[in-house]
Formats: sequence, structure tokens, C-alpha cells
Amino acid sequence: MAKKVLIVDDEPNIVLSLEFLMKKAGFEVAVARDGEEALAQVAAFGPDLVLLDVMMPKKSGYEVCEILRADPSRAGMKIVMLSAKGRDTEVAKGMALGADAYVTKPFSTKDLVAQVAGLLNGG
Amino acid sequence: MLQDWVVVVVSFAYLGVLFAIAYWADRRADGGRSVIASPTVYALSLAVYCTTWTFYGSVGRAAATGIGFLPIYLGPTLTLALGWFVMRKMVRVAKANRITSIADFVASRYGKSQLLGGLVTVIAVIGVIPYIALQLKAVSNSFTILISYPEIVMPAKGGTAPLLQDSAFYVAIILAVFTILFGTRHMDATERHEGMVAAIAFESVVKLLAFFVVGIFVTYGIYDGFVDVFDRAQASARLTSLMTTRDSAASYGSWAALTFLSMLSVLLLPRQFQIAVVENVDESHVRRAVWLFPLYLFLINIFVLPIAIGGLLRFPAGVDADTFVLTLPMAHHEQTITLLAFIGGLSAATGMVIVETIALSTMVCNDLVMPALLRMRVRALHARHDLSGLLLGIRRWAIGILVLLGYVYFRAAGEAYALVSIGLMSFAAVAQFAPAVIGGLYWKGGTRGGALAGLLAGFVVWIYTLLLPSFAKSGWLPVEFMTGGLFGIDVLRPQQLFGLQGLDEITHCLLWSLLANIGAYLGVSLARMPNAGEASQATLFVDAKERDSVAAWRGGAAVAELLPLASRFLGPDRAREAFERHARDRGLARVDDLPADARLAQFAEGLLAGAIGSASARVMIASLVQEEPLGLDEVMDILDEASQVRAHSRELEEKSLELEQATAELRAANAQLRELDRMKDDFISTVSHELRTPLTSIRAFSEMLLEDPDIGLDERKRFLGIVVAEAGRLSRLINQILDMARLESGRAEWTTESVDLPAVVGASVESLGQMFRDKGVEVSVDLPAGPITVFADRDRLTQVMINLLSNAQKFVPDDGGCVAVAVRRTGNSVLVAVDDNGPGIAAEDRELVFEKFRQGGNVLTDKPHGTGLGLPISRQIIEYFGGRLWVESAPGQGAKFQFMLPIHDDGAPTT
Amino acid sequence: MMRSRLVAQRLAALFLLGCLLFNYPLLALFNRDIEVLGIPLLYAYVFGAWLALIVLMALAVERGGRP
Repeated sequence: MAKKVLIVDDEPNIVLSLEFLMKKAGFEVAVARDGEEALAQVAAFGPDLVLLDVMMPKKSGYEVCEILRADPSRAGMKIVMLSAKGRDTEVAKGMALGADAYVTKPFSTKDLVAQVAGLLNGG
Repeated sequence: MLQDWVVVVVSFAYLGVLFAIAYWADRRADGGRSVIASPTVYALSLAVYCTTWTFYGSVGRAAATGIGFLPIYLGPTLTLALGWFVMRKMVRVAKANRITSIADFVASRYGKSQLLGGLVTVIAVIGVIPYIALQLKAVSNSFTILISYPEIVMPAKGGTAPLLQDSAFYVAIILAVFTILFGTRHMDATERHEGMVAAIAFESVVKLLAFFVVGIFVTYGIYDGFVDVFDRAQASARLTSLMTTRDSAASYGSWAALTFLSMLSVLLLPRQFQIAVVENVDESHVRRAVWLFPLYLFLINIFVLPIAIGGLLRFPAGVDADTFVLTLPMAHHEQTITLLAFIGGLSAATGMVIVETIALSTMVCNDLVMPALLRMRVRALHARHDLSGLLLGIRRWAIGILVLLGYVYFRAAGEAYALVSIGLMSFAAVAQFAPAVIGGLYWKGGTRGGALAGLLAGFVVWIYTLLLPSFAKSGWLPVEFMTGGLFGIDVLRPQQLFGLQGLDEITHCLLWSLLANIGAYLGVSLARMPNAGEASQATLFVDAKERDSVAAWRGGAAVAELLPLASRFLGPDRAREAFERHARDRGLARVDDLPADARLAQFAEGLLAGAIGSASARVMIASLVQEEPLGLDEVMDILDEASQVRAHSRELEEKSLELEQATAELRAANAQLRELDRMKDDFISTVSHELRTPLTSIRAFSEMLLEDPDIGLDERKRFLGIVVAEAGRLSRLINQILDMARLESGRAEWTTESVDLPAVVGASVESLGQMFRDKGVEVSVDLPAGPITVFADRDRLTQVMINLLSNAQKFVPDDGGCVAVAVRRTGNSVLVAVDDNGPGIAAEDRELVFEKFRQGGNVLTDKPHGTGLGLPISRQIIEYFGGRLWVESAPGQGAKFQFMLPIHDDGAPTT
Repeated sequence: MMRSRLVAQRLAALFLLGCLLFNYPLLALFNRDIEVLGIPLLYAYVFGAWLALIVLMALAVERGGRP
């Protein structure tokens, strides 16, 4: 059974590229455009990994990450933070909130796919 | 034969010589070679103390009491021994405070009180008028005796001759005119009179010389030396009593009282104060006066007893002993010596009248008339620019009136008293100044109230025990007043007050008046602490050694205000000159460079004080200087003995305070820098985020296209379209960031010209027509008929319009979106509105949208493709042209962006 | 400074001396009907003391403080 990946970002073009990449890598994909939609999709879609943008309307990526990590039933779910803000403090904050990886935009598509695959296969 | 005309001509010639000396001395002083800058001249001028009372009266008193005339001269000798302390201190204080008279001195000491100055003036005038009368009497009597030469005829009793035949009347007029001409020749109204001092010193030589010549003539011409004179006196039963003084307590008591009285008078008589203190040019001159002035007094008294004895031996009882100096040479037909004696008496009289009336007129002017005029705010005072003429006028009138009052007293009461008794009355009056003056120099606790009470009490007792009895003896008051007391109350008999008997009237008066005076001065002063003004003046007077400046002003006034004020009282030239000197002293080239500080105010006060007295000067300057009232702290400082230490610690305190302030400022600046730094950091972070977002899409799609050859053609085209669009977005963003940076740093280039705003708005809407049509947005434009011109940059305005229109286009709904554009004239500005039917903006976000990188709120699910810089840039542009840009909106009701610009009418820039 | 204080002290002393010389009781000692060298004692005393005082005052201020 294919692993499920949820893409959360408010930039339509970025969502489009991520969707294309993940599908091509063989994952089942769902999309959310903001923080609240992300939480709803997690509940409905039950992804194995969430690609989570930080700067979003309604709820920021940090908030979403915090809420998801507060739910022990989803402890196995991987979270990869995506952000155009690459300062050390922001990376540290994301990791501290329980993200498994923090990827700075613009990213290398190859590296990102490899990283997502690694997280999902390596456990 | 001494003709009338000879006497008159010689008299006028003598006055002419005085004039010449004064003129010469003034010329020398103007040339910087002062004649009076000599300790000898100073000591000689002090001998103005010796009036006709000395010249004629000493002999009279010696004839009556033997050695009883001497205390009047022993007292000053003792005072001069103390002069090293007291006189030098008075001179120092008076110089530092620009004191013009004894009234000014007292007024200044007790907080620059005009009331005190006025009271001292009144006492001095009333007290000294009999003394002036005495001079008139002496001169007119000596003249009358002289013109009947060689017969010795005693003049008729004063007041019996008809006015126009009364020689004293003419003497009074001549003396008044002479003094007015002499003392107020200059058109400047300052306190110093170099010429007068020189003339007075000359007069001192003349009267000493004249008395010496008469004395030598009597002692060695008529008799055979001192021993011969005294032998003959011993031989006459009538005269042996003169060889000793009565050996009684009362006799020694009155001796001591007279000594004490003259000790005070030599300092406190207005003319003595004038010469010794006000006219003193150098404090060190006191050194020689300490012994030279007593020596002068010694010399002028050596021949008193021989002349008295000679007169008593020569004349029967009918000849007044007060006239012996004149009548003895007459009796021996010595014309020249007789004339010289007359001139000596004349010089003694003129010297006294000149200095006394000048001193009194200064007091009347500065401490009585000017304060009254200032208080009444007489309109003329404000209208006249140069008041120096007014001051001189007041002084001239005062001199005339004073001499005239002297004459009136002479007519009324003159004959009831011998010369010496009249003089002693004046002495007793001015002795009332002693507690306030001496106490004020050495005791800081004296207050204005104390000085007022003391002076009033002493003066009232003086009037009651000495002046009123003199009226009673002259028949002005009923004799019962003397014998039965006021209202017939026995203990109130004026010269046996409370039953005190056995004292002569002077000692009696002195005892009671000084008792009341000192008692009231001390009692009232001790009733309360000196207030701030009194305490600061007390410090200046009592600590004269340590400090030498006038009470500091705690505020300043500008040259532009002070110079005109000084000019009004001193005359423009003298004021200008003084200010220029002051500027030079401070190392400044021009008067206008003088800063409006306390030092300048102080200088101006000193300058004015010289002309109108310290109390009036204080008031005048105070009207210009904005001064804070003395605070409690400052009062404590003044009272504090260790004020130096306090000043030092305060300095340290101030320094540490300054340091603290600097630290705080530094801290604030640091915080501001940190805040700026943080903002810059945030800005860079935001910019980098905004740049990274399109870059992310570009990189992702490019890599995908590059690495995946299996992507279909349609998809390829779509992806490449996204890459192109995001690249466009990226370059727009970079342009706008650069634009914003230029606007903020002020380096933007503007092409400012007259622009027809409706035309620009119309063109902008038209250029975006395709964009609106693509989205199906309905656009309505409402432009006025004619052009409305603003002064601005056409391209920039277009930029603003396009920004507002694209914003509206972005936010209107895809279906049924409409945008309304309107231009309207309101008053002298023009209003442009862009109205959309989008979602609107929440109240809290309305200002936020004008901040950089803040795009309209969270309500949007679809992030618009804006850069977040359009509105901030637009606002900068509109504000640059003097207008403003704002938004009106409510959520769900659309947004209305509006800007307003001033209308440019006639080619003149409106920014 | 020291010199000027010395002058001041000398003058103060002379002042006190003068007060003594010219008042009761010293004055009473000389208030007798006797002549000294043909001059009545009282006059001779007062004028003599006076002149002496003046000379001392002159010495005090003019030569004040010189060693």
C-alpha cells in the first residue's frame, strides 16, 4: 500500500510542484491550503508524512505541528517543515516543536524526494 | 573800610575759584588723571565734617564750657581708629552694590526695601535741615557783622528783619543756586562728583588756614603765646572756671555721650557718608585718612581756647562768643585777617551745604521721588526715552527746596539756639541710623521689619525729646508742653522723660532714642528668620570680604532690553559707553555679542543703581528679568554658614546627575539602535522570504522539467508558464524593493510639474482596461469636466493609480466585481477615490495594509499575487506631494482607497 | 594678610586706649586746676593724649607690620 503524503502550503505553484513530485515518487497525495484545512485533512486522510509550510494564513506551520505532536495516537506520523525563512532560530524552533526535518525554500527537488522517501521507508 | 561790595565781590570771587577747581578736576578726571585719586585729598575732603559750627561754634562753646567743645572731635578720632574695619567695609560693600547714599545703603541691606530707603531719607532731611539753617545763620551773621566794620554790631535777631532785607535770605538763594550749578552741572546723573570732592578738599585747606591765621594772630599777635593767654585767663576770676570741667557724673556722662554721638555722626551724616563712602575712589585711601583726618581735627582745634579766652577778655558780655573768630581781628582793625576769617567761615558753610544737599537730593530723588513715580507708573516716565534730564531736574529742585527749608527753619527757630546745639540735634537724628547700619554690617539676623521699627522708634523719640522742645522754645508750641508734659502728664515731660533728670537734652535724647531704636531693631528682627531677600543681602553686606558681587540674578535679560533702559536714566551715550566697556571686560568685540545672562543683568543693575539707587534699580531690572523666585533650597544655602561646602557638594551632585543623564541617553540610543537593527533584520528576513517564494517555484519546476523527460507537452507548457510568471513576479518584487529603498532614503528622482490629475486617472484606468475585462470587472469612472492641476510627478501618480486599481482588481469577486473611480474637488484640494466591492478590510488591518509586506488579512484563503509593497510606496508618493492616502472600509462592504492632493493654482509650488 | 591683621589689631587696641584716655575716670585724674608749663593740666592732658594717639595711629597704619 502506498504511503500517504499531505502537502500543506498556501502558494498554489509550490503545491503544484510538490504534488507532481510526490505522486511521481509513488505516494498517495492530499493537499491543504492553510493550517486549519491541514488539521482537517490529517484527520480525514491519515497521512504518514506531512509537508508543512510555515508561513500560512489562519494557522502557521508551527501551530499545526504543535497540535499534531500533542496527539499521541499520531506519534508515528512524520512532519517535514518547509520554509522560506532559513534562519537558525527558525530551524531550531521547528525541530523543537517535533518536526522530523526542516527544509529551506528554495529546495532541491531530488534531495526533498530522497529525504521524504528516507523518512517513510527508514521508519 | 570794608565796603559791602568788597565783601560781596570777594565772596563771589571765592565761589568762582571753587567752580574753577571743580571744573579743572572734572577735566582731569575725564582725561584719566584724577586729582582725587590721592589719599591726602580723600582725608582732606573728609574734613567737610568741620562746618561753620566748628569754625565759629567751637569758640562759642569753649567760651561757655571750656573744654566741652572737644568731644565732637575726639569721637571722630576714635571712629577713624575703627575706620580700618568699619569704613573700609562700608566702602567695599557700597562699591560692590553701587550704593549711592546712606538711605540706599540701609534700603539695600534689608532686601532692597524702598520703604526703608524712604524712611531714612525723611529722617535725614528732617534731621539735617536745622544743620543747614545753622550754616545760613552763620554766613548771614558774619556778613552782617562784617559790613558794619570797624564797628562791632551784633546782628538783629533772626526772623525779625523783613524778608527782602534779610541777608540770610540772599545767602540761602545764592547758596542754593551755587549748589545747583555746582553739583548738577553734568548732564549725567551718577553718584560720583570728582570736581566737587576736589573743591571740598580745597575748602578744607582754606578754612584750616583761615582759622590758623586768626589763631596765630590772637595768640601771638594780641597776646604773647599760649602761656600768656592762659595766665591772663587764670588772672580773671570770670574765666578760671573754664580751666577745668565740672567734676560730676552728669558732666562726664554728657562728655561720653557727645563723644559717642560724634563717633556715629562722622560716619552717618549724609555728607560724611557721601564723601567717605560714595566718593571714595580707592579703599586703600582709608589708610592715610586714619591719621590725617584726626590730625586735621587736632590742628583746627588748637587755637579754639586762645581765641575764646581772647574774646572773653576783650569783649563785654554783649558780643556773641560764636562771632569771636571774626570780631577779634575786627576789634584790632586787621582788615585782611578779618576778610580771611569771613572767607574761612564761608568755605566751611559752602562745603557743608554743597555736599549735604547733594547727598540729600540724591536720597530724595532715588529713595523718595523715583520709587513714588515708578509706583504710580507715571505716564511721562514711560513716554520719555531719556530720563537723565528728569533725574537732574528732580535733584535740582530737591537742592533748592532743602536750602529753602533750612532758611525757613532759621527764620522760625534759629535764634533760640546756639550753633552747637543746632548741630547736635542733627547729630542725634542721624545717630538713629547707627543700629540699622552698623548692625547691618556685622549681624546677619537684622530684618527689614527690625530696621523699620528701630528707625521709626528712635526717630519718634528724637522728635519728641529734641525737635518738639526746640519748637516749644521758639514759641511754636506752648511752653506747658515742656514744663507739664504731653496732655499734662508729668512723666511725659519731653526732656525729663519718665522722670529722668540731671542729663543735658542731647544725652537725654540719645539715651531714650537709641534705647527705643536698638530695642525695636533687635526685638522685631529676632521675631522671625530673615527672608530670602534679606538673607541674601545680609550675606553680601556682612561677608563683604568673601563675596564682592551684587545678589545674583537667577535669570537674564537681553542687551536689546537692558541698553534702552539704561539709556533712559543715564543718557544714551553714557549707557552705550558703559555697555561697551562691559563687553570689552568680558572679551567681546561688540555690545550685541553680550549674552542675555545673569551677569549682564547684574552689570546693568549696578549701572542703574549708580543713577537711581539700588532699590529702584532692582525694580527696574526685575521688570525685565524673568527670575524664578528663591526656593527653599536656595534660602537654606544662603543661611548656611558652610555654603561653600554645600556649593561644592552640589556641584558634585550635579556632575553625577549629568553623568546619569548621559548614561540614560546612551542607553536609550542603544535601545533605539537595537530596535532599528531588529527592524532591519526583520525587513531582510521578510524580503528574503518574499524573494524565496517565487524562487522556490522556479527552481522546483525547472528541476522537474530538466530531470523528467517523460512529462507531456501540455504539462511542460504549463510548467514553463509558471516559471515565467514567477520570474516576472520576482523581478517586480526586486524593482519595488529598490523603489521603496530609494523613497525611504530620499534618493528618489522626481520630475515635478503641473499635472492634470483627472487626465492621469483616466489614462491609468484605460491602460488597465484589458486586465479588468479579462476578469470581467465592471469599471465606472466619474471625472470632473475641466482639468484640476496638482504639482506632482506624472509617472509617480500613474504608479499610484495603477497600484490602487490592480489592488481593487485583485480583491473584487470573480463574478460581478465592480470598481468605481471618482475625482472630486473639495475646497482647495482634490480627492481621488477607488472603490471596490471586494471583501473589505477589518478595522484593525486598515493601517496594517500600508506597512511593508503586509497583505490584506487572514480572511483570504487565496493569497493574492502582490508584493506587499505597493501601498506603502503609494503612500510615500502621495505624502511627498503634500497629500495623504487612506482607506475606508468595513468587512464585507468593499474597500475605498482615497487620496487627496492640494490643488496647484497659479504656478506656485504648493508643497 | 598677616600684616593687615596686625594693623587691625593695633588700631583696635588704640581705639580702646582712646576710649579709656578720654573718659571718666582717667579724665577726672587730670581735671584739676593745675598748670603744666603754663598750660592748664586738663588741656595739656587732653591735647597731649590726643596728639599721641594720632601719632600712634599713623605709625600703626603707615609702618604697619614692618619688622
